[in-house]
Order: sequence, then C-alpha cells, then structure tokens
Amino acid sequence: MNQSMTHGRSQTMTIARHGLPLPAGTARTERALAGLPDALRAEWTKLRTAPGTAWILAAVCVLTIAVGAATAAATRCGGGTGCSIDPTKVSLTGIEAGQAVVAVLAVLVISDEYSTGMIAVTFTAMPRRWTVLAAKAVTLTSLVLAAAVVAVAGSLAAGRLILAGNGITAAYGFAVVSLAHGPTARAALGSVLYLALVGLLSLGIATIVRDSAAATGAVLGVLYVPPVIALFLGGEPTWQRWAERYTPMDAGLAILNTTGLRDLVISPWAGLGVLAGWAAAALLAAGLLLRLRDA
Amino acid sequence: MTATIAPYRPPQQDGGDGFAPLLHAEWTKFRTLRGWVIAIVIAAAAIAVVGVLLPASGQSHCGSRSGAACLALVPTGPGGEAVNDSYYLAAQPLAGDGSITVRVTSLNGLISAGNGGFVGPNSPPPGTMRPGLVPWAKAGIIITGSTRPGSAYAAMMVTGSHGVRMQYDYTSDIAALPGPVSAASPRWLRLTRSGDVITGYDSADGRHWTEVAAVHLAGLAGTVRAGMFTTSPLDFTPNFPTYAEPGGSLSASVATGTFDDVDLRGGAPGGRWAGQNVGAIGANYAGPRIGLRQAGGRFTVTGSGDIGPVVAAGVNNIFITGTLADHLFGVFIGLLIMIVIAAMFITVEYRRGLIRTTLAASPRRGRLLAAKAVVIGLATFVLGSAAVAVAVIAGSRIAHDSGIYVLASGWPIEVRVILRTGAMLAVASVLALSIGAMLRRSVAAVAAVVVVIVLPYILGVSGVLPASASEWILRVTPAAGFAVEQSVPQYQQVVGHYGPPDYYPLAPWSGLAVLCVYAAVALGLAAWLLRRRDA
Repeated sequence: MNQSMTHGRSQTMTIARHGLPLPAGTARTERALAGLPDALRAEWTKLRTAPGTAWILAAVCVLTIAVGAATAAATRCGGGTGCSIDPTKVSLTGIEAGQAVVAVLAVLVISDEYSTGMIAVTFTAMPRRWTVLAAKAVTLTSLVLAAAVVAVAGSLAAGRLILAGNGITAAYGFAVVSLAHGPTARAALGSVLYLALVGLLSLGIATIVRDSAAATGAVLGVLYVPPVIALFLGGEPTWQRWAERYTPMDAGLAILNTTGLRDLVISPWAGLGVLAGWAAAALLAAGLLLRLRDA
Repeated sequence: MTATIAPYRPPQQDGGDGFAPLLHAEWTKFRTLRGWVIAIVIAAAAIAVVGVLLPASGQSHCGSRSGAACLALVPTGPGGEAVNDSYYLAAQPLAGDGSITVRVTSLNGLISAGNGGFVGPNSPPPGTMRPGLVPWAKAGIIITGSTRPGSAYAAMMVTGSHGVRMQYDYTSDIAALPGPVSAASPRWLRLTRSGDVITGYDSADGRHWTEVAAVHLAGLAGTVRAGMFTTSPLDFTPNFPTYAEPGGSLSASVATGTFDDVDLRGGAPGGRWAGQNVGAIGANYAGPRIGLRQAGGRFTVTGSGDIGPVVAAGVNNIFITGTLADHLFGVFIGLLIMIVIAAMFITVEYRRGLIRTTLAASPRRGRLLAAKAVVIGLATFVLGSAAVAVAVIAGSRIAHDSGIYVLASGWPIEVRVILRTGAMLAVASVLALSIGAMLRRSVAAVAAVVVVIVLPYILGVSGVLPASASEWILRVTPAAGFAVEQSVPQYQQVVGHYGPPDYYPLAPWSGLAVLCVYAAVALGLAAWLLRRRDA
C-alpha cells in the first residue's frame, strides 16, 4: 500500500518535470500517458508481490499441458485412417481449461482491490483511472503471455510425443505437431494471443462487476455458456452459425484449427479478431464505468 | 485454608449441540442473502424457460395434416414404443399351431451410390446402385400377428454382418450362429408356434438344431402369418467421427435373400406364397427390384426398410423424433449458477471472517460441513427438480403438439428423469461446496468448480475432440453425471448416432454414481482439511 502512495507522489513529480506548455491537442494524451510508467511499476509490484500470482501462473501451465496431454492420450484412431483428427488442435485442448485460470488471475488483479478496499488507496495515489486500467492491462498481459508461451510449448511437445505413441503419425497422413508446419505455428502463436485476450476480456468484466466471485462466474459464463448453447441450437443452423462466429470462445478458438480450414464457420485470424473485439469492448466499458462510478 | 475453585463448566445442553439447530442456522444464512436467492431462482428459471422455449420451433407437416395429427401415422409396437416396420414379406396364413423351416443360401444387397437422404414415398427413385450389404440387412422367417406395421412378431434371420439373430417385438435381439451366410455355408432357420409361444431354432447343417429362445408374444391373434421376409436399413457412413456431430451420408439400400427347402406345417393345404410390401419404406422401389420371385422350390425375396425400434437420431427414422433430453438444455446453465453459489456458500464466510463465529458457535467442524451440504443439496434438488419438471413436462407437450414424436415419454420415465436430474444438480452442488471448503477463496473455488464440472461437459459434448477422447471424458470426469439426462435406451441392432445430448457412454445411474464418488471424496477431504486447519 505504501508502495502505491510513493508512486503517487512521483507521478506528480513526473508531470511537473514535463513542464508546460504542451502543444494543444496532444496535452490530454501526453498527460494521461505521463503517469503510465509509474503506474506500471506500481501495478507490477502489486502483482509480483501478491502471494498467489506465481501459483496461478504455474497452474495455467500445468492445467493446460495436463488437459492437452490427457486428451492426446485418449485420442485413438482405430485403423489408423479415416479419422478426421487435427493433432495440433488435440494437443492444445488444454487451452480451454487454462483460460479459466487466466481469468482467475485477471479477476484478482482488480477484484481483490475492491474486496480489501485497496482500490480507494490506488485511486488516491493514481487518480487517472484510464491510466490505472491500462497499467493493470499491460502488467497482466505480459505475465499471461509469459505463462502462455510455456503452456503452449509444453502442450505441443506433449501432444507430439503422446499422439505419435497412439499411432497418430505422418505415416497415416496426419500432420506431425511441429512449429515448422505453417498452420501449427499459426495455431501456437494464436493460442498464446488467445490466452492474453481472454485475460483482457476477464479484466474488463471484473472491473465492471467488481465482486470477485461474481466476476469469476460472469467471466466463465461468458466463455463457456455460448458454446453449449450453440451446440443445442443444432435445429436452427442460422443461429448456430451466428453463435459459433461471434461468441468469444467459439470464435477465438478457431485459431486452433490446422485441418479442415475450409469448413470453419469463421477463419482463424478473424475468429481471434472477434475475441479481440469482445476484449476491447469490455475494457472500454470498464474504463468508462471506472470514471463514472465511485470506487 | 485454601479453597479449591472449581473451574466453571457450562452445563451440558441437549439441544444446543444437535444437528437441527445447525441446519436451521445454515438455512437462515442461505435464505437471507438476497443475491443468492435471486441467483438460484434465476438458475431454476433458466432450466425451465430454456427447456420449454428453445426446442419449440415450427410445425411438422405430413400430407394435408400437420402438428400432432401427423403422430397418428407413427406405428407403435406391442410395448407402446415407436417402431420402424418396413419389409417385404412372402407369407401364408397359419391358423393355430405350426412351424416354418427354411434354408437360407445367400443374402446380397445393393447400396445406392450418392443418393443420400431418407427413402420415403416422395423421394426420387434410387440412382445407380452398387453391390453392398449393410450390417443389419435381414433375411429370414417371421411369424407375425398381421401385416399392419407395429404388429407383434418373432423372427429368425441372417444378417449382413451380425450372424444369425432371433428378434421379436422390435426391441429384443438375441445372437445365434455367427458368421455370414453363403451357398457354401447355408443356414437353416425354424420357428414353431404353440399358442402365444414362438420358439426359434437354427442349424448349420439341417440336421442338428439348436434352440435359440422361446418367447411369449402377448395377445397373438389366432390366425397369424408365417413366411419369409427381407429388409435392409439405410446405409450410414459417418464422415465426421466426433462424438457429438451426427454427420454422415445416408444411402438407400435393398437386400435380397435366397431361400429353399421351405417347409410350412399347419398352414392351409395347397396354400400359395403371397408377396406383399409391408410399411412405407420400400414402397418407392416397387419396380423390378422389390418383390418375390419363385422358381421351383427356390424363393428370392427383395426388400428395403427395417424392423426395429426407433432411436433418436436413428438413420431410418421417417418422422421427426425428440427425446426428453431435448428439453434439458437449460440444465447446464442452471448447474453453472448453482455450483458457483454452492462454492460461495462457504468461501464468503472466510472472506468476512464469519467462519470464526460459525465455528465458535458449532465447534464440530464435520457437522458444520454436513449441515451446509444438506442445506445446499436440498435447495438445489428441490428447485432443480421443480425446474426440470416444468421443462420436461411442458417442453415435451409443446414438442408433441408441433408434431415431434417424443421417444420414451410418459410419466414413469419423466419422473425418473426429473428426479435424477435434480439429484445430479444437488450432488454437483455438494461437490462445489466441498471444493469451496478446500480452497476457501471465492475466486479460486468458483474457477475450480467450473473447470472440474462444467468444462469436461463442454469438451465431451461439443464435438471439438475426437470421439474416443469425448467418450472417455464423459466416463471418468464429474461430467459423467450428465448421463442422467438420457431417457431413451440404446439398441445395438439399430444403426444411429449414439452421442450427446440424447445418449451418453454411461447408463444414467452409473453416471450419477461417478459424480457421487467425486462428491463423496471431495466432501471427506474438505471435512478433514476443515478439522486440520485453523480457520
């Protein structure tokens, strides 16, 4: 807490150092960004020193890799041919579980401050709410990216080993899980970005909802409910396609596909773009509410 | 003189330490939090509203009729279940007791190339056909009450790839001699009738006979029809072998059985074999292919269709079917909300420090956890069952009125599905409560229960995984509990798509048992941790 207070003071100093006058028009941006480095350091210190962070990041990696490996282990193709198995997608199944842990981290970044009352101190020290939100988003994203790289690399390595053991090999016409394979490299990069975007979406929702448990429920509901709704809309193909195209998880996970790309309802990068749109919308709403509401 | 001061001990109270006040306290905590009550009511409403509204779409049409009127055309078997009953029959009347014996020397088939879809009266004639025999093509002998679809019957038959079978009254199937039939290894089949009892025999040489089964057909008419039949269901080639996507190509097929050494005893003297197409399927083939040809003592019977129960997503269905599970879509959403509340039922006490007060008031921690489990379990069971009852009863009535044949409906099965699903919601909530007691923090607990209960269900049913992985997930994870939604039996003798949301790899009670094991282990672990740790 003291940390934030200190940084609050240095923020004032930073603005003073910049001095006046600023060119008209750039003034607001200039001033808003002025506090960002200090805000970043404050948020980084908070996140780094919170007892759970390291555990949560480890859980992201372990859960992602474990679920991916278990799925790969359960994946078999009777005769070796005739199965439409996408080895990369199977290896990265753990993303669907790991994203829940990313969501937890993102929720804690903001909701913990509300539950302890720390948020009042934060805003006293750094009254520019957009700056605080941006700092939180940047620190969160960098940590998530780091964990995601480990998780994705581990999942692909595990999938490659296990699937080969199950007879899902190049000999039967399956693509080997390898980053030299263009679509696989795209899926790997894309799933790292996917986790980062899920983190940002969760941060936005948690800032709107504030209460930690409700925020977790809301985030996981936004992620996990639409795919099941879409599944049950089988009788209404138009609605089903719409749901699969424009909901965050279904659209975003299109990035995992490396086979049957022509049959996808949304192309991989466009799908990730839809998720980015959700994240941007959530953060925008969060920023506006932060400005409008009392802490 | 030193006075001994006895330490003060509070008098033992009988009622204060009992379970009932503890239950009352926990119930009061639950009921007075407005947010929770609202949330759990929303959960129940989601189950009910989604279940009633989502599947209700449009009306089915059949000729000049529409809606429920179409369902009058659905043939039902002696057990009341919807059946497919289409085949080509060459038969004679059999008054009273008697028997029929034949030798089957071949079973061949043709499959329509590139002619997908159902074979109905309005479908185009089959295109070019390629030789091919579907696994459940059937040729053999049958004793049937009448040629009205849905009549009681018993039959001995050779099949495409399942050897000799005895089948009766649509749902029953008994394996007999294995292996395919050919001129080099023909099969002898015999059915005898004695009153309402039909006995089936088979033989590989015509001399040594094996009794397959003696079955009782209730209410068999005095004069029945005995004869030879052939039928062949649609060919189904799945092209998307995931668990949830029933993709595949359907092609019409016909089969031809060749019979000789035909011996009918008890028939009218000098009776002749009359050919007849039974049921709707096959009618459009009434050209050169379908029918009976007779040369000397040799009969060839060609037919198309199936004799068997209708299954959900069965390939041979000629009308729209539904199941009670169609009305349980909302259960997933309700479950998500209920398990979040259940986890928070204990984690919020840790956040506010209320747990110390609670434990000071009732120091026996195992009992405290038990009381919480009873309260949350009962609340979710009662509300969940009520919501499921609305969804299932109203939903299936609406579906029926719009012309969907709801398989396995009726009070006994509806009550079982309602109670099972309510129990599943309650057990999942107890599991969530236990996870909350272990993790103590709301965020971690909510995320954990979602990852443990909801995520496996999504992975299992959504079709993102290969079929083998999905099936495994629905067997071993807490999501196995969703098997309670299955209301229709699976028949191995009928080809269909046996996957969610209508079918699960475990039987309903086994799936619930898997979830119960998880809940029991978690509850035990939570009680142990609660006793061991400081609050």
